[in-house]
Amino acid sequence: MTAPAGALLVAEGLRKTYGPTTALDGAEFSIHPGEVVAVMGPSGSGKSTLLHCLAGIVTPDAGSIRYAGREMATMSDAERSALRRSEFGFVFQFGQLVPELSCVENVALPLRLNGAPRKAAERAAREWMARLEVDDIAGKRPGEVSGGQGQRVAVARALVTSPRVLFADEPTGALDSLNGERVMELLTDAARSTNAAVVLVTHEARVAAYSDREIVVRDGRSRDMERVV
Amino acid sequence: MSIGHTLLGLLESGPRHGYDLKRAFDAKFGQDRPLHYGQVYSTMSRLLKNGLVEVDGIEPGGGPERKRYAITDAGITDVAQWLATPEKPEPYLQSTLYTKVVLALLTHRDAAGILDTQRAEHLRMMRILTDRKRKGDLADQLICDHALFHLEADLRWLELTAARLDKLAQTVVTA
Repeated sequence: MTAPAGALLVAEGLRKTYGPTTALDGAEFSIHPGEVVAVMGPSGSGKSTLLHCLAGIVTPDAGSIRYAGREMATMSDAERSALRRSEFGFVFQFGQLVPELSCVENVALPLRLNGAPRKAAERAAREWMARLEVDDIAGKRPGEVSGGQGQRVAVARALVTSPRVLFADEPTGALDSLNGERVMELLTDAARSTNAAVVLVTHEARVAAYSDREIVVRDGRSRDMERVV
Repeated sequence: MSIGHTLLGLLESGPRHGYDLKRAFDAKFGQDRPLHYGQVYSTMSRLLKNGLVEVDGIEPGGGPERKRYAITDAGITDVAQWLATPEKPEPYLQSTLYTKVVLALLTHRDAAGILDTQRAEHLRMMRILTDRKRKGDLADQLICDHALFHLEADLRWLELTAARLDKLAQTVVTA
C-alpha cells in the first residue's frame, strides 16, 4: 500500500498472533487529521487488536506503524507512553472512570498527570463537560450517574488533552440507542471541531454511519471500503 | 402509502384547496417525493365520486377555478377504518440481493465482492440519512430512523451472508 499523502497515522502489513490464533494477517490502515474512520468487522475479526496496535498499546509481530511520519517501533517505551498520554485519547465500552474520583476530577486526570495545576485542569475539564452536556454532574462520582452520562464524561476525559487521535472502541456498546446516538453526535462534533482524527471500532452500522469512511476487518485482513466502490 | 387516505386525513382538520392539500402533504409526508398536482386533482376527483369529500366552495380566478374540498361523514369513517387496519408486514422473501449472491456463486463470480460493494453503498446512504437526522427536527429524525433501521437490517443480513458464503456455495452448486 502506498501511504496516502498527508495521513497522520499509517499502518502497513500488520501481523499479530496470540499463540495459535492469528489476530492480524497483513492489515493496513490510514487516517488523516479530522477524519473519522470506522473499523468494522465481526467479533474476533481482529478489529480491536488493530486499534491496540495503532495506539501503541500492543506491539505487532511484523509490519509498520507511522505516526506523524515517525516509525512507532523505533520509539522507546517512554516515548510511546508520552504519545499515548498527550497525543492520543481513548474511549472504551466501559470501566474507564476512576470510581473514587468525582466526574470533573476524572476528566481533569489526564491534564493532572501531564503536570497541570489542579485549578487549571478542572477549569478545562468543566469546559469539556459542558460541551458534552454533562457539566451538571461534575461533582458526582461515576457510580452516581447513568451509563450515558458516564460515557460522555469518558469522552470529555479523552478529549481534554486535545489529542490528535481519538481511539474509540465500541464507545456506545453499553448504551441504549438514543443515548448511543447522542454520544456519537457529541463525540464526532467535538473531534471535528478540534481536527482530531477518530479511529472508531464498532460492529454497529448505525454507529459507523457517523464516520467519514470505513474499513472492514475479516480474518485479520483489512479492506478499505472506499476503494471497493 | 395511500395518498387518498392521507389527503382525507388532512381534510379532517378543515376544508382546504387542492393546492393547500399538496403543500400540507409535501411538508409532512413528502420527504424527497413531493406530490404532483395531477396526483392531487385525480385523487380528489375519485374521492368526490365516491362521496368521501364534497366541494365546499369554488373561487373563480384568472386561471382554473379553485375548489375547496371538505371531508364527508363517510370520509371520516373511511379514514378511521384505514387507521385501525394494521399494515401488512412485508415478507421480504423476494430479495434482489439474495438473487445476486446466488447467481454469482452459480456462475463462479466474486460473491463476497458483491456483498462488500453493497455494504459500502448501504453505509453511504446511512451516512447521508444520519447527517440529515442530525440537522433535522423530530419529524426528520423519525422518518430517517425508519429508513436507517431498515438499512441496518439489510447490513446485518449482508454480514451474516458474508460469513456463510462457503456453506451457501456448497448448497446452491449441489442443488
